Amino acid sequence: MSKKRKLGRGVAIVGAGMSNFGMFPDKDSKDVFAEAFSEMLANVDKGCDPADIQAAWIGNFSNDFFVHQAHWGPIIADLAGLAPKAVTRTEGACASSTLAMRDGLMAIASGMYDIVLAGGVEEMSKCSTEEVTEGLALATSPYEGAAGYTFPGVFGALATAYFHKYGAGREDLMNITIKSHENAPLNPKGQFKQTIRDLMEARKARLEKKGQPVPDWADEKAALWDPGFNPAVAWPMHLYDCCPISDGASCILMVAEDLAKNFTDNPIHIVGFGQGSGRGLHACPSLTSFEANKQAAVEAYGTSGLSPKDIQFAEVHDCFSIAELIHIEDLGFFEAGEGYKAIANGETRREGRMPINTSGGLKCKGHPVGATGTAQMFEIWKQLRGEAGERQIPGRDLYIGATQNLGGTGGTCTFTIFERR
Amino acid sequence: MEERPFSDISYRLYLDEDKFMGSKCRKCGQLYVPPRHFCLECRSEDMEWYEMKGEGELAAYTCISIGPAFMIEEGYDRKNPYCTGVVTLAEGPRIVARIEGVDASDPEAIKIGTPMTVEFLHRGEGEKAKTFLAFRPS
Ligand SMILES: [Zn+2]
Repeated sequence: MSKKRKLGRGVAIVGAGMSNFGMFPDKDSKDVFAEAFSEMLANVDKGCDPADIQAAWIGNFSNDFFVHQAHWGPIIADLAGLAPKAVTRTEGACASSTLAMRDGLMAIASGMYDIVLAGGVEEMSKCSTEEVTEGLALATSPYEGAAGYTFPGVFGALATAYFHKYGAGREDLMNITIKSHENAPLNPKGQFKQTIRDLMEARKARLEKKGQPVPDWADEKAALWDPGFNPAVAWPMHLYDCCPISDGASCILMVAEDLAKNFTDNPIHIVGFGQGSGRGLHACPSLTSFEANKQAAVEAYGTSGLSPKDIQFAEVHDCFSIAELIHIEDLGFFEAGEGYKAIANGETRREGRMPINTSGGLKCKGHPVGATGTAQMFEIWKQLRGEAGERQIPGRDLYIGATQNLGGTGGTCTFTIFERR
Repeated sequence: MEERPFSDISYRLYLDEDKFMGSKCRKCGQLYVPPRHFCLECRSEDMEWYEMKGEGELAAYTCISIGPAFMIEEGYDRKNPYCTGVVTLAEGPRIVARIEGVDASDPEAIKIGTPMTVEFLHRGEGEKAKTFLAFRPS
């Protein structure tokens, strides 16, 4: 495949919406998707008649397992009033809704449709932690599952390989967690809205109330080293290295570029897209990189004609802290083995040179797996249009952002580049 | 060597017999473990079974506190974590396997690069009988 191949015609995002992310015992998948869809319509500057939407793709990883209901295409078609038009479910584990966007992108680029919806939904919180762990482990490579690996286990193993090769350690991953939690209070839709300091104070108060000894942590890292505050899940992955269990939905409205002005004067163009496949820990070329990321990056930089230095900020798939570190190296934002040093220098903070996960990332915003890809795009949409409120990246004229979405344990990776013109 | 298909099912059957088997391309000599249906180097479908030495060194690992149901049944939990890892085999390929003979409660003490030897863990009885590939420090 030529690296320089272009889309048949340009595609722009003219609306984006996301539900609140969190654990909602009184809401189901339809309820959260309705929230996202309504917001998307309200966010189309010049309005959109839903009757004009010609088709939709909806990412969903495993509601089959989590709530014993599969076949979400027609359910969403009915909910959004799109039936009897085609609505198709896409599945790429945690990258499911980026694959929905990809199908919509290709459908518009091919001339098949002009106006399509892409989104995703997942409903996880009705399961116990053990059930969710088992459900997610369905998306590991079959050999990993058989060797007792869980999702966090695979990332834990990658972390030990990274530590060994580059001399990093748990403290370097803590910098990622602390940074994400700094952005968390600024995202009203996120699952966790507290900084690590807020969470430390809350824990101290709880222990004091129970009449138990109250820890005297010197700083955030002291708390994160304390197994009482931050227990091991799959060493070196601890609780605060892992994203939570979440419910939520998100969606975007995509149109042929030449129609975008009918919807908004400020569309966001999808200028690069790439996707790759990975083979699992036993067969991948490197234990400190995702081969699927590298493939996605080659395609996305190739189709866009852009290079890593052109990307001003990104949302990357921090299902586990080590993943964020590997992604920012794989995508070329930082050299291999240098990412953790840049993070320690604050370069990925909101005011840094290369802000990463201004939304709070999966760690704080939450990770309803099928909804995550288009929710990352929601953040890029907000930032590029200068509508991110308190968490708007300060003092920068933003025109190019990107999302990286990983499925499973790296079996699917996508990289998408967005431009405001 | 008898004719078994180069499949995951055959691979697991060999594990039950305490054999750690890969497939080797008869045309170009490339070795695969677990076995593959096709050689990805030369696209030949002419494979033969190859018994791995079962020696290697630890390339990555994790000590898991919250495991899947089958590990919980073996008695592993937050207080009693288990280790699973990646081993680079003497013949070159890597394999994922459980790691025995290490203290999973003291993960810092486990060292990448440690020489490892294969071990076959037979678990369960009758219908539920299952063999896990494992390695332990040599
Ligand atoms: Zn061959």
